[in-house]
This record gives sequence, structure tokens and C-alpha cells, in this order.
Amino acid sequence: MSEKYMIIDGIRTAFTDEKNILQVIRKAGIHVPTFCYYTDMSIYGACRMCVVEDERGSVIASCSTPPKHKMVIRTNTSKLHQHRKMILELLLASHCRDCTVCEKNGNCRLQMLAARFHLTKVRFPNTHPEPVIDDSSLSIVRDPSKCILCGDCVRMCNEVQHVGAIDFAHRGANMIVSPAFGRPIAETDCVNCGQCAAVCPTAAITIKKDLKGVWQALYAPNKRVVVQIAPAVRVAIGEEFGIAPGKNTIGKIYTALRMLGFDTVFDTSFSADLTVIEEANELLYKLENGEKKYPLGNSMPLFTSCCPAWVRFVETKYPELLPYVSTCKSPMEMFGAVLKEYYKPADEEAGLETVSVAVMPCVAKKYEAAREEFKRNEVPDVDYVITTKELILMIKELGVQFQEIEPSAPDMPFSINSGAGVIFGVTGGVMEAALRHVADKNNEALREIEYSGVRGLEGTKIAEIELGGNTLRVGIVNGLGNADALIKKLQRGEEKLDFVEVMACPYGCIGGAGQPFGYRSVKQDRAQGMYKADKSAIVKRSCENPTLINLYENGMLKDRAHELLHVHYGK
Amino acid sequence: MKINTRDELIAKQKEYAASLNSQRKQILICAGTGCVAGGSLQIYDRMKEIIEEKGLRCALVLEKEPHDESIGLKKSGCHGFCEMGPLLRIEPMGWLYLKVKIEDCEEIIEKSIIHDEVVDRLVYQDESLKSYVKQEDIPFYKKQTRIALEYCGRINAESIAEYIALGGYSAVAKALFDMSSQEIVDEITESCLRGRGGGGFPAGRKWQQVLDQKEEEKYIVCNGDEGDPGAFMDRSMMEGEPHRVIEGMLIAAIATNAHHGYIYVRAEYPLAVERLQTAIDKANDKGLLGKNILGSGFDFDLHISQGAGAFVCGEGSALTTSIEGNRGMPRVKPPRTVEHGLFNKPTVLNNVETFCNVPPIILNGAKWYQGFGPANNHGTKAFALTGNVKNTGLIEVPMGTTLREVIFDIGGGVKGGDFKAVQIGGPSGGCLCISATEDHLDMKLDFDSLKKVGAMIGSGGLVVMNDKSCMVEVARFFMNFTQNESCGKCVPCREGTKRMLELLTDITEGRGTMEHIELLEKLADTISATALCGLGKTAASPVVSTLKYFRDEYVAHVVDKKCPAGQCKALMTYQIDPSLCRGCTKCARMCPVEAISGTVKEPHVIDTTKCIKCGACKEGCHFNAVKEV
Amino acid sequence: MHGLKGEGNVNSQEIARLDDILQKHDYNATLLIAIMQDIQKVYHYLPEEALCYIARKLKISEAKIYGVATFYENFSLEPKGRYVIKICDGTACHVRKSVPILEEFRNTLGLSKEKTTTDDMLFTVETVSCLGACGLAPVCTVNDHVHPSMTPEKAKALIQELKEEAANEN
Repeated sequence: MSEKYMIIDGIRTAFTDEKNILQVIRKAGIHVPTFCYYTDMSIYGACRMCVVEDERGSVIASCSTPPKHKMVIRTNTSKLHQHRKMILELLLASHCRDCTVCEKNGNCRLQMLAARFHLTKVRFPNTHPEPVIDDSSLSIVRDPSKCILCGDCVRMCNEVQHVGAIDFAHRGANMIVSPAFGRPIAETDCVNCGQCAAVCPTAAITIKKDLKGVWQALYAPNKRVVVQIAPAVRVAIGEEFGIAPGKNTIGKIYTALRMLGFDTVFDTSFSADLTVIEEANELLYKLENGEKKYPLGNSMPLFTSCCPAWVRFVETKYPELLPYVSTCKSPMEMFGAVLKEYYKPADEEAGLETVSVAVMPCVAKKYEAAREEFKRNEVPDVDYVITTKELILMIKELGVQFQEIEPSAPDMPFSINSGAGVIFGVTGGVMEAALRHVADKNNEALREIEYSGVRGLEGTKIAEIELGGNTLRVGIVNGLGNADALIKKLQRGEEKLDFVEVMACPYGCIGGAGQPFGYRSVKQDRAQGMYKADKSAIVKRSCENPTLINLYENGMLKDRAHELLHVHYGK
Repeated sequence: MKINTRDELIAKQKEYAASLNSQRKQILICAGTGCVAGGSLQIYDRMKEIIEEKGLRCALVLEKEPHDESIGLKKSGCHGFCEMGPLLRIEPMGWLYLKVKIEDCEEIIEKSIIHDEVVDRLVYQDESLKSYVKQEDIPFYKKQTRIALEYCGRINAESIAEYIALGGYSAVAKALFDMSSQEIVDEITESCLRGRGGGGFPAGRKWQQVLDQKEEEKYIVCNGDEGDPGAFMDRSMMEGEPHRVIEGMLIAAIATNAHHGYIYVRAEYPLAVERLQTAIDKANDKGLLGKNILGSGFDFDLHISQGAGAFVCGEGSALTTSIEGNRGMPRVKPPRTVEHGLFNKPTVLNNVETFCNVPPIILNGAKWYQGFGPANNHGTKAFALTGNVKNTGLIEVPMGTTLREVIFDIGGGVKGGDFKAVQIGGPSGGCLCISATEDHLDMKLDFDSLKKVGAMIGSGGLVVMNDKSCMVEVARFFMNFTQNESCGKCVPCREGTKRMLELLTDITEGRGTMEHIELLEKLADTISATALCGLGKTAASPVVSTLKYFRDEYVAHVVDKKCPAGQCKALMTYQIDPSLCRGCTKCARMCPVEAISGTVKEPHVIDTTKCIKCGACKEGCHFNAVKEV
Repeated sequence: MHGLKGEGNVNSQEIARLDDILQKHDYNATLLIAIMQDIQKVYHYLPEEALCYIARKLKISEAKIYGVATFYENFSLEPKGRYVIKICDGTACHVRKSVPILEEFRNTLGLSKEKTTTDDMLFTVETVSCLGACGLAPVCTVNDHVHPSMTPEKAKALIQELKEEAANEN
């Protein structure tokens, strides 16, 4: 059969298995405006911005109409132009128009489309309601008065994440997005993943910013401000400065942070190596002793614990599985504990106070840092968590020309990390790093793991790896909805696994809510960037990291590894 | 108890019919929502008492053995003539008594049951005081043709036996044993039966599409979410002939090979739910629902799903998602309901009246059905005739009957003024009228004729308006309704209707400008082109249609600041007629804002800039000197 | 845990009642609307604690239940008065002047569009979409009992009658 095609604005455009006209239009190089369309979520069809006209002059929504061979459509006619402008005008009529003082200024889709359609006047009375801000969460801020009811957050929270903290409430002109009974979001099952904020086109849900405290610490003379940067940050931050997604900019980040006034800069990949060793050992222990030592024996796998949103998900939805969540702290918290411990003697001597800052792709880390489990003497091991987006704001505020600055190296003594520690930022990375540790030492084994099916951005992956004559069956999921589905399978006995990596955000930390906004292709590039960084790393396996060996053999972890690196949730 | 075979059904029918025919007389008391509100159930109880006091044999249910001494006493469905309720019909004479009161019961029994006399004061009289004893002779009924409403008001609505006695469920037997699925679908297709719920989509085509689906699990859903304000046809059918609804659904199930059905009834219809549930229970007992119906091996179970107050659930995809326990918000189409309907399975979704038309088509054939109404619009249509019309009520007429016949012959003419317009099709419809440019009175009421003038049959509400109705206010009323009932999902409907209501309110309250009218038209354009669901797309229809026919009324509101019909309070001014004012000062004392001045025994004056139009002066004036202008 | 907020307020007797309702509907989450209707029959409104309880039992999110409960007009999250008066605002009633009747009820009882229930919890006044009793327009219902051909005067008398009825029963 010859190829199928459509005529879009006079241009012949071939299509194959595209589900809707909108995808074909994008293929033709036209970006039809949308508020409620995401390839990774179900079709909602509410904003009506994506309407196109067919040959008979009928107006149809391109997001929900399947393409037909030889179909002729136009994406821009006088009628469509008028309808789109009217829809924008209607949205703006009940929307706040103080763009200059809005959190989303410059990143707001409503603002962008109003500009794109050159909307200069709103003919209806402004009925923007008084904002009632919900800032109860440590991770996100809700301002329902800026909501345009596109439903992206609702579908994200329910369909993709299976969390169900928010949903539509009321009806018609009174409809809102709300937690149950209008409660503050912090009093719900919200896991703080922040994906709602990541997809929100306006400032109705934004990530919480903690810049004020960080600036104050930087300005204070008696503070030693140390900072760690998570793996996923380096492949995304450049996007805001004209650098291609996936390009590793870690060296530039070190430089920029020093310019901002941070005293010492480290890479969280270092502590990721710690996590790998601790977690892998826990896995080996469970494989051997699980039947006796775990409440449900080895019928349930060991789950990773790096992701605080996932931990919270287990706490709220599957508390009975908490014993199966690794006791390892996340890399950020391991580093937090190690850093505070490391600088204690020097600080006492110099009359300084160490302020520990973490730059993360993640907003749940803000919540993690504040958890009681990670405080010692009421002081958190990590004082401030800022996201990639916030670091971008700091860099821009200072006027640093990020794209032009020279890269530099991290500070001693935690300056070396393995490639395994870097790939933590992408789905499958933690698994691969752990498997490298438990596998044989030769490189052949490494390659085998690489191709065994742990890599790739699919939501759920199952892989089998030969390990000392036994077969290790592992699962890798990203997106909590996939995790939920896998747990249900495990509970029904339809699947049996030894070890499962969970990252709450789709695609893993590279798709974290603290990262700049990006479509699927951007996230693919970021993932590639992570693996490229691994490839160029001299040390591939965590246990071969020399600094780390030193720390275990002669340093502070010699006797205190358990105290500093492990945590027991739910106590 | 169970009827196991077709032969048993035939035998039962004969048995029940003999029993029914043996009743010497029958009293059918209307137990539709309207007459119940008028006290018909008390009348029923009183009748029973009296019959028993008189030592007569009172049969509340069909007796096993025919008994020619018994008096049948039954609660029937709606007779339709709601204006005149409570209604009472006496068989076999076919007499209809109107506005029956408890005090009338004794006399009715004495004269009409024990003897064969008419209680003259209870029969219908027209304006020329001519009396009509027999129901069928009353002008209100004379021009009607009842197919969908055939049994409504004629039988005991709670009795499956009476329904069977009159041939009920024989269409199911025919469908099960004499016809293939394809033959049933073909019969419906050939009959040109079109969906009575609004769209007028051919039922046969819909059934064919579901029959063609490979999926094993299929559903039959009956839309009883009759939410249009001013419509109660479906309610009357569900209340008055619930088995007819069930039979129609069952035939659809046989035709498409579906085994599960749901009737979605709106929450405002508690009596319909009760009657349907009773009917389903009895049909299950008799083996006419459930497993192995009439020994055919065909299974069908039927459930009631109650709405909870949302007009939008009348839209197909909203209705199915509501049955699934969700917020009733329509979804994008495709996929269509025939492919992915209830529980994502192929689904036949028709409304109550459509299903009620199915059994007679199967029994009498498509050719017979084509004998009613014009081509492509065959059959009859039930309307709820309400508003400023003398005889309000439920009617059924052949498609193609003119508006004049409906309003003047059946409805008895307009009440309280001259005819101005009818709103047809509820909030999704438009108006038909006599205006400067149009005269729709001889318009034929059928799908295609109405479509040509921008109106639609909708579910069948006909609200008559006289010349004291302000068409801007009517448009505002419907927009208020739509705005309240918008689900809120898509932007044009949620935000657009809100703004249209705002604009219309401005106009009726004297703040309108020509720009308001222009903006209304632009909004209507965008909403109808881009809204997500059918209800949204038609949300602006009442405005579009009133703007089309009564534009001068809009202009009068915004330019002259006058409401020609004298309805919009804000556009009226109060004036004192100096020739009638005696200068008693009462109005000046009553005025809450001191807008009235004048000296004693001299005519007073109202300062219209201060006046808040509360009307206190008018109410208080003993000399009718205060006028609204 | 946050997810079970409010459950502490549900006593064992009420749990048994809710379990009965859930049982009757086979713990089937697609029957949520019917379940809530049954709960409302018992309590005359939907108590938050009850909804949280059934959310957990039906394994659906509280936010979803809240969303469904607030979507449909007939569900109320606030307790209602002993007499629920609903004035039909369907077309036929509107054309036959239902608005003055609504105003009469509200004025007599000191209620408004926003405040629908009297402080003594005796009366709730609300509007209802067409009851389909158009032949009797304008109509209102009191606890689902239809009162035909209403006028403002009849409305006033009805309130008086109900007040007396309540006083006699107490």
C-alpha cells in the first residue's frame, strides 16, 4: 500500500500510526496552540485551542480526531483565528493579569499564547477571584485563582501518578481543581513529586522556592555554605542558556556556584556511589536471609529508596510494604550527613557554621530534607534544597553568562565519583549501578548489564541478569502509576522480582519537577547525556571509587556507616 | 410463576385478557406525578373504601379467575391532561372526569359505577360550554395519535399482568423466535425510527453499528435523564408504562446481542424509579428478564441507575461515565458510544420514547409505522405542552402536525394574551414564532422542517409564550439554565455561557449597548463551533434564535432602554397619573428613598433618578394612580 | 495518617451502617453515586467522615469522591433543614412566575442564594431544575412532596403551616 497522507495547509504530510491530527500537524512543522494536550496523558479535549477546519468548513478539535488518508485541513483560517482569540479572551477575562509579578512570568503558556495571538484587549469585565494561596506544602504552591482548568495536573496526579491528591470539584463556572474537601494540599496523600506543577501551563501550581534562605546564608560571613549537585541537573540546566538538552555542564555549574558565593562544591554522584554499595549489600543480605527476616519473606522484592516521593507513596498507599523499602538514605541525605560530620571539627575551630545546600532536579527533596528522620539535634543534615529552576534564577539574577563561563572541578576531598553514580539521574540508572556492584568485575559484565534491558525510557522494564549461577529478576519503573501497577501484580502473584528501582517522575530524575519544562524528546536527550557522562568516566563501578574506599577503611564510615547512611521510615 | 415458553406467554395473555375483560367496570385514576400532587392517591384510597362499603367486589389486581361482578380500581399512568387533574377515567365507556375531589367519589360510584349515569359537572366543557363525556372526543385528545404513549393512562401502571393482557411482551417473543438479529435491525431501519432524545439519529443505524461490533460484551442503555426544563414525556412513559420501556430495551438487546442494560433515570423522578423497579422485579419473576428468557436461551438483565442532579448527564458520554460512578463530564469523540460506550464496550444508547416505539414496530412492521408522519420523519412525537397555553399537558401527535394544530386545536389556544412564540427543544432549541418577519404557525413539527428554521425537536418540550413574554428575558432564562448546568470542562461552554449570561443580564437590566449584541453574536459563534459536546454546541441556540426573530426587541432594550413586553423591571419607570392622584401623600411616606414629592391634595411626582423601582408606591396607592411605564 | 483524616469521628455504629450500605452495593466503586445516595438518605447530607471512610473501603481517592459529591446538585456536604423546600425553576414554572414565590420563601425565612438553611435547621430553600410537573406550574416541593399552582401567598401560608407542624411535634 502506498503511504497515507494528509493535506495540511496545502502541504502534503505523510502519516503512519499517529493517533490524532494534532500529531500529524506537528509533523508538518506547525505548532497548533494547546493547553491540555500531552502525548503522555489521555486526551482531554477541553481547551479547544487546537481546533482546525476541514474541507467542508467544519471546525474540529485536532487533538481528538484521528487522521484519515487524503484528509484536507487548514490550521489557520479567519474563523479559527477568531475562535482561538475568543477562547483566549474568555480565559483572560477571569484570570489575573499582573504578569510582571507572577511566579510564571516568562514561562506561562497563557501569557505566551496571548502574545502570539496579539491579544490587546479583553472586552469582558475582569472577574479574577481574590487569590487564596495554599502554601502548606514544602514542595508546591497552589493558587487556584490562576487555574484555567485544563486538567493537566489532575490527569498527572491521577492517571500517571495514581496519587489522587487533587481532582476536579464543583461544576460549571464554579469548577475548581481541589484536594478533597478543600483541605490544604499538605494534609492529603500528596507525595510531593511536583509533577502537577511541571505540567501546569500557568502559575496555578508552581514549585516552592527557597532562594531567600540560600541568599542569606551566602551573604552571611560566619557561614560555610557547601553545595552538592545532583546528577540530573547537569544535563538540563543549560537549556535555559541556549545549550542543547543533554549536554553535560557540570563544570560550568561548579564555576557558576563559586561565582554565586558557595564555599565548596560537590557532586551528589559521589554519595550515589555510597548508596550503591549500601543498597547492593542490603540486596545480597535479603536474597540470602529474606525468607526469615522479612514479614512477607522474599515474596516481595527489595525496593530502592532514593526517591522521597516514592517513599511517601509507600507510606500512604502501601504501608505494609515499608519493610521492603531499602533502609539506605538517598544520596542527598547520605551526603548531607557526611558533610555535616566532616566539617564539624573545622567549624568548631574556626567559629563557622556549615550550611548545606543541595541543587536537585526534584521538589520532593525539599520535603525529604525537612523530614524528622534527617534531622540530628533538630538540625537538618541538608538545610536548603533548591531546584534546577531555582539555580537558573540565581544565575540569571547575578548576570552570570552561563553559556560562556569556563568549567572548573569540584572541591576536595569528595571530588571523585564513578560513572555509576552519575546515571542515578535516569530511570534504570540506580539499578544498573547496583548491578555493576554485585556483578563480576570485568567489563564484559558491565556491557551485558547495559544491554540487558535496564536502559530505556519505558515506564516499566523487567530484566534478568545472571549472577553467580543464579538469575536475578529485577524491575525498573518510572512514574508512580507504573509502580502502583507493578505492586498490584506482585501482590496478586503475577510477577515475582528480587529488586525493584522506582523513580516517581516519568523518565526518572531527568524529568523531575524541578527541571526546566521539556517535552519527551528533550527528556530523551537528557538521558543520552547521562549515559555519555558515564561512558567518559574513568571509574565505572562505585566500589572502585578511591575516595570512598578511603572513607570506609580509614574515615568516618569505618564504624558509623549504618548510623550515617541508613534510615528507618515509619517509626 | 415463571413463563417458560412462548406458548405459556400466549396462554397467560388469554387468561389475563379474560380476567381484565370480565371486570364490569374499571376506574383508572391517574397516578402520574402531576395528579399525585393534586391528591389522586387519596382519591384512590377513598374509592376503594366506598366500593367496599357498598359491598361491591373491588379488584385491585387482576383476579386469577374472570369475575364479571368485580370493579377494577387502578392507578394508571399520566393521561396527559395535567392542567385538569386529578383525572379519572371510567371503562369500558371511556368517560373522563376532571379535577376530581375526594367529595366527588361517593357520587361517581353511585352514578357511574353502580348505575350508568354521567356526573355532568366533572366532564370537560369547552369555552362554548359544550360538554364532552368521552375522553377521545375532547379536542385535547382528538387530534392525538398515541403509539409511544399507547398504554399510558389506559392500564394499571404497576401491573405486568394487564400489560401482558393487552399483548405486552409478544413483540419480544416475535423478536426472539421469528426474527434474526439482522432482521430486527432491518425492521427498525426500514421504519425510519429516529432518536427521540434530540438529535434524531436513525435508531436502526445505531443498532446496526453495535450489532457489527465484534466485542462480546455489549450494553443497552436507556436515557431517562430528561433534564430539559418543561419536558416530561419520558417521565410519563416510565411512570405509566414501564414495561413498554423494558420491552423496547429487551428487543434492542436481542437485536444487538447484548446481555446487560441500564436505565438512567434522573433523580427528580422518584416515582419513575419506583415504578420501573417494580416492573423490573416483576419481569424478572415472570422470566421476561434474566436468564433464558421464554426458554430461548437469551439472557438479559436490567438495572436502574439513578442520576443525582446534572442536566449534562443527558449527553451520551456524560451519562455513561456517570453510570460508572464518575463526574458526568462528556468526553471527546471519537470513539463513539456504539464502539466505546458504557464500561468502554459497544453500547446502544436511546432515550425512553425511542424504546417505547420499538415494540409496536416489531409487532406491526415497518410499513405500518411508515403510515405515520412524512418521509424520513415517520412516527409520532410526544410533546409536553406547557407555558401560556390553555390546556397544558402531555400529548402525542403524528410527526408533521402543524404548530397551529398543537397550540390551538389541542392546546385550546394561548392563555393571557396573543400568541408570540414557542420555545421548542428546551435550552438546546430555538423558538418558533410570529414576528415582524416570520410566521411559523403552519410549520410542520418534524426533525427536518424544524432544522431548516434553526430550531430542533429536542426531547419535545413545547413552551408557549404570549405577547407579554420578553424574548430577551426568555433567552436570559435559558442561558442562566445552561450556565448553571454546564459541566465546566471545555472553555467555550464554561466561560462563554457565563459571559453570555452577563451580557444578557446587562441588557435586561438596562446596561446594554449595541456592542453587547455584537459580542453576544460572536460568543454564540465560537461556542457553537468549538464546544466539546452537543449540549455545549447548542447552548447558544436560544440566543441565536431570539436574535434572529426578535432583534428589534433586543435593540429596543439597548437603544431605547425599553422592554416592549413590559417584563424587564429595570427598564420600567414608575409615574404618577396626575389625573388620578388625590395628593393623599401616602406614596411619598411609603417611598424608602424619598423619591416622591408633592404637596397635600396636589398630584405628586416621582423623581425617576432616585426611584429604585421597589413598587411600594404602586402597591400602597388607593387610587391606582401609580403606573409602570 | 492524613489519608484517614476524620475517620476517628466515625463511631462503630456508624461504621456498621456504612458497611451495610457498602455491602449492599458489593463494595463496587462504579456504584459510588448510588452508595452516596444511600448515605444521604441516612444522614440527609454527606458527612465528610463518611465519605473518607467509603473512599478507603472502595479504594478510590478522597479527592475523587469529593469531586463526584460536588458535581451533582442533589448531594449536599452541609446538613440541611428539616423541611427542604425546592422551588422548580423549569421553563413552565418560570413563565408562570415562579421567581416571586422563591423570593417570598427567602424573604419570609431570611434566606438568600448563598444562605440556604435557617439557623434553627428547620428550613432549607433551594431551586431545583424542572420537576416535570409543568402542568401544575408553578410548583414547589417540601421533602419531595409536590405542592401545585403556588403563589406567594400560598408560600407564606405553607411556611406557617410547617412551623406549626414542627412545633406540635416537638
